[in-house]
Amino acid sequence: MTAGPVAITLPVRTCLPDAAPRWNRTAMALGPLPGTPVPLVVDRDTRETLAEYDRRGGVTGRALIDAVEVAGLRGRGGAGFPTGIKMRAVADREGPRTVVANGDEGEPLAVKDRYLLRIRPHLVLDGLLRAAEAVAADRAVVYLSDAVAADSVAAALDELGTTPVPVDVVQVPRSYVGGEESSVVRAIDGGPALPTDKPPRPFESGVGGGPTLVLNVETLARIPAIADGTETDSVLLTLTGAVDRPGLFEVPLSLPLREVVERCGGLRGDPRGFLMGGYFAGLLSPRALGIPFGFTELGAEGSGLGCGAVSVLGEDDCPVAAAADVMAYFDRENSEQCGPCIRGTAAMAGALRELADGTAEEARLEKLQGWSASLRGRGACATLDGACNVAATLLREFPALVAEHRAAPCKRCSALGATARTAPDVDV
Amino acid sequence: MKVRLESATCDGFGTCAEHSPELFELDEWGYASVKGDGEVPPELEGKVNRAVADCPVHAILTG
Repeated sequence: MTAGPVAITLPVRTCLPDAAPRWNRTAMALGPLPGTPVPLVVDRDTRETLAEYDRRGGVTGRALIDAVEVAGLRGRGGAGFPTGIKMRAVADREGPRTVVANGDEGEPLAVKDRYLLRIRPHLVLDGLLRAAEAVAADRAVVYLSDAVAADSVAAALDELGTTPVPVDVVQVPRSYVGGEESSVVRAIDGGPALPTDKPPRPFESGVGGGPTLVLNVETLARIPAIADGTETDSVLLTLTGAVDRPGLFEVPLSLPLREVVERCGGLRGDPRGFLMGGYFAGLLSPRALGIPFGFTELGAEGSGLGCGAVSVLGEDDCPVAAAADVMAYFDRENSEQCGPCIRGTAAMAGALRELADGTAEEARLEKLQGWSASLRGRGACATLDGACNVAATLLREFPALVAEHRAAPCKRCSALGATARTAPDVDV
Repeated sequence: MKVRLESATCDGFGTCAEHSPELFELDEWGYASVKGDGEVPPELEGKVNRAVADCPVHAILTG
């Protein structure tokens, strides 16, 4: 059989001049952390050029892995896994090894990775190349979906010229599951950006079958300062919803959320709830304001820092409508690979829609409670866990509100309808 | 012997739970999951091998 010509659709290449704005500061303000020696967020909307980037010195090789472990760096893509352990696992295995900067940022309501790639590509590439050197990688990849980010990275690579290891840019369409590390590996190897069952994890068998270190863009952006001993325990917070100034803010780790939000411009009215970690960590009642914004503190309260995105539900919002919206998103955006996820997200979305409509029977709510526990851990990736978090936290954090929705239709929910209030994307 | 299920492959035929209900359970939609840590007691190895061989989509892995 003779193979016909293969049609390859290349992603659209944006080509912006250096002076072109690459960030919409009106939609998403930028809030640097004062007094940081090596800031992550700088208040500028153009790409930082190589000449402008302040490259630091610092430790290299195994000493850098040690420094990352001592600094206690945890992954900023959502899972919060200790970065040093991941680096060591890859460094200790037989090559060829690959390091990936994961900037797909599929998590709704987060913008930090797109910011770092668009505005500070040299910081990300510096972290990527240092990590590649530390684990003796043969290849580095920047994995992303945003077209402006792809242009910034391409321009930065042009400025760098030759790099110690080859750096490829792989662009995929943005999707919820595309940034899951097994999806990343699959897409780089030419497959669909869809998750696979574990094991193997990428550090065991990743790109081309070799050990692969997949690190989130923000995680990598923290490595130059760690190498130099000038790191700050901060978080990149994407703050949206009922706040005075939606934006991307670098804030100190583990400060109570109330103080964090006040520093970023404050709330607009009384909050009715909080969507945590993008769509992944579910909802928190207004008690969230008293919880320190950190990995362990939020984890201990049955929530999570995740990717650092917080959306505030304001006076016109309803946490039930928000949960229904988010579950509808999971029903739509799951990868349709695993039966329990396809069926489970659809069932939970149906129950939450009924609750928002004021038609949910007690038996249906009992089922919802059951699914939110029994479906946890099922499926190849964590999408179903995110869906379970939304259902479980709504029932746990807002029992009175859920009861009210059963007694009479909620005025706010009817006013909102099946809306996109919890918009899965932010205009940057 | 340990048993593992590829959840992206399982299509809910339920053959595994018929052969070895001790190790496989089905959810309300018929999709299987492995009970416990997947460790197969020696006396159940025969049943599990039948489940592996009879799964129409080859979703069960042993090792």
